[in-house]
Order: sequence, then structure tokens, then C-alpha cells
Amino acid sequence: MALPKVKADATEALLATLTLPEGASEARQAALARVGAMGLPHGRDEYWKYTKPDTLTSVEAPQAALFHNDEGPLFDDVDRVKVVFVDGVFDAGASDDLAAEGLEIDLLADAMAADIHWVNDLYGVLETRGQVPVERPLAALNTAFATAGVAIRVTGKASKPVNLIYLHSDTGSDVRLHNVIKVEAGAEMTLLETGPAAARLNKVLEVDVADGAAFHHVRAQGRDHERRAVTHCFTRLGTESVFKSFTMTANGVLTRNECIIELTGDDAQAHVAGVCMGDGKDFHHDDTVFITHDAVNCESRQVFKKVLRNGATGVFQGKILVKEGAQKTDGYQISQSLLLDDDSQFLAKPELEIYADDVACSHGSTSGAIDDTALFYLRSRGVPEKAATDLLTLAFLAEALDEIEDEALADALRDRLEGWLGRHG
Amino acid sequence: MLEIKDLRVKLEDEDKQILKGVDLTVNAGEVHAIMGPNGSGKSTLSYVLSGRGGYEVTGGAASLDGTDLLDIEAEERAAEGLFLAFQYPVEIPGVGNMTFLRTAVNAQRKARGEEEMSAGEFLKVVRAKAKELKIDADMLKRPVNVGFSGGEKKRNEILQMAMLEPKMCILDETDSGLDVDAMKLVSEGVNALRSPERAFLVITHYQRLLDHIKPDVVHIMADGRIVKTGGPELALEVENNGYADILAEVA
Repeated sequence: MALPKVKADATEALLATLTLPEGASEARQAALARVGAMGLPHGRDEYWKYTKPDTLTSVEAPQAALFHNDEGPLFDDVDRVKVVFVDGVFDAGASDDLAAEGLEIDLLADAMAADIHWVNDLYGVLETRGQVPVERPLAALNTAFATAGVAIRVTGKASKPVNLIYLHSDTGSDVRLHNVIKVEAGAEMTLLETGPAAARLNKVLEVDVADGAAFHHVRAQGRDHERRAVTHCFTRLGTESVFKSFTMTANGVLTRNECIIELTGDDAQAHVAGVCMGDGKDFHHDDTVFITHDAVNCESRQVFKKVLRNGATGVFQGKILVKEGAQKTDGYQISQSLLLDDDSQFLAKPELEIYADDVACSHGSTSGAIDDTALFYLRSRGVPEKAATDLLTLAFLAEALDEIEDEALADALRDRLEGWLGRHG
Repeated sequence: MLEIKDLRVKLEDEDKQILKGVDLTVNAGEVHAIMGPNGSGKSTLSYVLSGRGGYEVTGGAASLDGTDLLDIEAEERAAEGLFLAFQYPVEIPGVGNMTFLRTAVNAQRKARGEEEMSAGEFLKVVRAKAKELKIDADMLKRPVNVGFSGGEKKRNEILQMAMLEPKMCILDETDSGLDVDAMKLVSEGVNALRSPERAFLVITHYQRLLDHIKPDVVHIMADGRIVKTGGPELALEVENNGYADILAEVA
């Protein structure tokens, strides 16, 4: 079917500015063909009803000023392997040796250029699987044109987390990063991702979690107010495997985080959670989650909390698809927003689609203001209004933060949230 | 200490006058009780004094040791030494009881220009005071009042009072929802705080709380005014004959 003209024109305009790397792999070429067939997202697409994609698909990336404050780097006292990218370019000097027990870490470019490398069998594979039943053209665009990233193979229990640090130094940078992670059977790792990366970021993370393996993911998207990002995380889970992902977003005029999870082995667990703090009419944050249960006795959890003020907008689109035969599925989904004024808005679209008859799925979505009674209670004990509001705001976010297993990581994020509250309101 | 003169209050959103000229003076070291039928304005008086929104003061004045209460925010009144023990203590999911107490203590200290309490010192003090009120470590760790029984909530109010060391304590129907043992425990907690520098205003429906917390002065409130003032015997009179006689007498 031919694309509508607006779509075809926009797609052609952007593709004209991009070139595949020399000797591009079949995966990249196939991805380019997918983008051409799907066309870039348009505001009239149902999947982009609540989030305008035009600044993500425009030829020029809108400028984004840099954020400065005196907060030190996040996770600074966590023992980790640092892999630093500045505006999407690997910075060897700022990075650690790409080595840790239980891990094989390669730069994506090196891995793809090697004659034989596992990444060439996985790159773009999970992204392609994730294109059905909903098209995700920006992810295919990324697979075709990603310029950097890492390929990590986890062979045992990783001795420390890997921290991908995305620094932003050029106010006009337009960056596509693609990371591929293969967690072998019984292996375990924690991936940390921090920083804004660019004025405009398009990032894909593909994670293959084999039987009995565990993947933990904690991400803090940068605080540069004007940055834009569209990110996709595609994951496939084997039998008795675990996937836990948490994202904190504070600021950024436009963020669309998609998480596409396929539970393909029995008894697997997928938890995805996030908190978002938005201030200002130009703030827009979108969590889009699609979880497919295609095995028996799997559990999935989605816990998303957003604090919105001064006209900020939050979006949640979360779907649980339980395929025929995926009995004993336990699916839970909650999305909540705390609206600190009448101008802010939260748009939620929870969806369940179930083809098995022995499942327990629940979903809930709420929007509310600060509880006046609780606020007065705190103030009557001498806590000033701003501090009381902040305390209640953190309390609202607590349920999502509790999803992070590692206390030290959770505490570090809590400090950042307090810092944010101190700067806003 | 607490000086209320001709205080008149209406609901902010409704044209409904609740307090119609309350006069009351409570001196340091004294315990005053306010009794009265439902809807007489007792709880409104406690809320207006502590700074809850939703009310409009249409006349009169209220001051604590010379500070005009009605002119300052709820948190400033607390820092001045005013404390309200709630009839219905509020549950705050996500905020640990200990965090709440420490935030409150240090916020008041900061407002008064005093040094904040260190974590270690705070822990020592709170543990000792909690023990006296039979509040266990688990209750201190749990979110504020969440899952607490009626008695636990009221004991938690008294623990806050003990930690904050206010000079003027208002107890709003602290006896409601308490069994005999819990009432005794709460009363002992209150009595332990009685001192020449501190005053209490105890709002209650029933005489029985006043068996435990012995008042110096008893006021009867009806239809937004204090209609009768007397000694502890006035509470006994209410207990025996109800409000009807008194109200008929002053009408």
C-alpha cells in the first residue's frame, strides 16, 4: 500500500540526508527497506495520537541548550565499568577498560566490522520482531543508521554494572545509538544508562535474555530541559529469566520511551517501571509499553508515576497482550500522575488483549492532586508548605522507586529527585 | 498563653457561621477542657487555631504568647509552639513515620533558629519516648499512620507531641475510638507532658477522658460560643444530666 503523501515526503526528506555506512550489513539494509515501507510516524497515526513526532522526524534536530549545575555525576560511588559517549561519539579517554568478569564488551562498530561476531546474528532481530503488530519506524531508522553503541555478551554473573554515560556537549547534536546485549543462559548483569546524549537522541536497546538469565536496567535520562529523545527497548525473555527496567526522566521537552517485551519462555518475569518529573508547558513525556505473553506462568509488571506541573504533559500507552496458550499469566499495570496544577495533563491508554482463559491481569490509572488533608497534617507539625509538598511528591513516587532492587541505585535516584524538587516549584 | 477574643468564623465556601464570638484564655500550666454537643464548633475552633484552610475569620483575634496566630501559616504556628492532636490522624502512604517525625522536629528547630537534631540524637530520643507510649520499632518504620489501629494512631499523635514539645497542646477528641487501656496509655502520655510552662486544651464529648487528664477549668460550648465555664464539677454535671439542662439554663 502506498504511503500517504505527507508521510512519503517526510520520510524521503529525512532519508535523503542520511547514508548507510560503507559495507552496511544486511540488517541495516533491511531496516532501511522497512523504514521506506512504513514511512516515518506522523501525528495522524493512532500510535502517535498523544505525542507529536514531527520534531523527532524533522531533517534538522532542534537546538537544545546544555544543563549545568553542581550535582556530581550520577552513580559516582558505584563500582562500574564506564563507557562514555559524547554526542554519540565514543570517548576512550573518559571510559574505563571495556572489561569485567562475566562480560564481553565491544564497541558496536568494531563488533559489526569483525568477520565473525555474535552481534551480527542479533543486531536488528529483536527490533524486527517488535514491528508486529505495531509499527515502530523510528526504531528501524535507528537500526539502519545507528552510528555507535556497544555489544555486550554476558557469560556469567557480571562482577559489576556497565554504565553507558551519554554526555551532551553540542547544542545541535543529532545522535542515533544502538546497543545489543546478549545475556547467556544463567548469566546476570546490570546496565546503567545516564545522561541526555544529544540535543536529539534516537536510541535502540536490544536485549536477549536466555533461559535462567537476569537483566537489570536502571536509566536516568538527562536533565537538559530542551533535549528530545525517542528510545526503544526490545527484549525477549527465555524460560525462568528476569528482566527489570527502571527509568527516571527529569526534564526534556520531548521524551518517548517505548519498551517492547516478549515473554517467550515459561516462568519468566518482566518488570518495567519509571518516574518522570515535568515542569512547564513545553514538557512532554510518553511511556509506551507493549508486553506480549507467549508462554505459561509468566509475570509482568508495569509501574509508572509522573509528577507534572506548570502545564506539563504526560502520556502512558501500555498494552498487555496474552496469546493463546499463555495460561497462568500474571499481568499488572498501574500508571498514575500527580498533577500539581490545573494546567498539567496526563493522558493514559491502558490496554489488555487476552486470548487465554486462565490469567490474572489488572490495570489501573489515576490522576490526582496533592492531598490537602495530608498537606495540612504535615504543616501543622511545622513542615513548611514547599517541603511538605516535596515530601508528599516523593511519597507518590515511592511505589515506582521500590521496583529498583539495588538500594544504592535507588537512593542515588532519590537524591536526584530531591535535587529536582529543590530546583522547581 | 492562649488568648482568644470574640473569635468569629464562617465556612469559606458557604455562608455558614460556625463560631459566633468565642472568648477563652488559657494560662501556662493550666488544663482546660471544652465540652459540648455535636456541631457546637469545638473541632472548628481547633482547626482555625492550627491554621487549616476552608475557614474564614470574620472577626475577633487569637494569639499565643502575644503572637497573632491568625496572621501566620500553619507551620509557623507550629514553630511558635502550637500543637493539634487530630481527631482523625491522617495516613500518609510512602512517608516513613520516623522520617516524618524527624522532618517535623528539625523544621521547627530551623524555624526557631535552633540547631537541627542529628540522626543519632534523634533516634535515641524517639526510641525512649516511643517506649513510654508502647510504640514499637515497627510502628516507627511504617508509613505514617498507615495500617495503624485507632489506638495506635492516637498514641502516635502523643508521640509527635512529646517529640515536638509544644507549649500549647490542643487535643481534639483524642478519646474517640479508644478502648479503656488505650485511653489510659494516651492519658499517661499527656500527663507526663504537663508542666508549668505548658498548657492544654482538651476537646471531648465525654467526662471519662477527664478522669484521666484532670482539667483545671471546664467550658461548655454550644452554637459557636462558650456558654458556661466552671471547675471539674461541670464535666460531672454533663456526664450525669447531659447538655440539655445547662443549655436551658443559659438560654
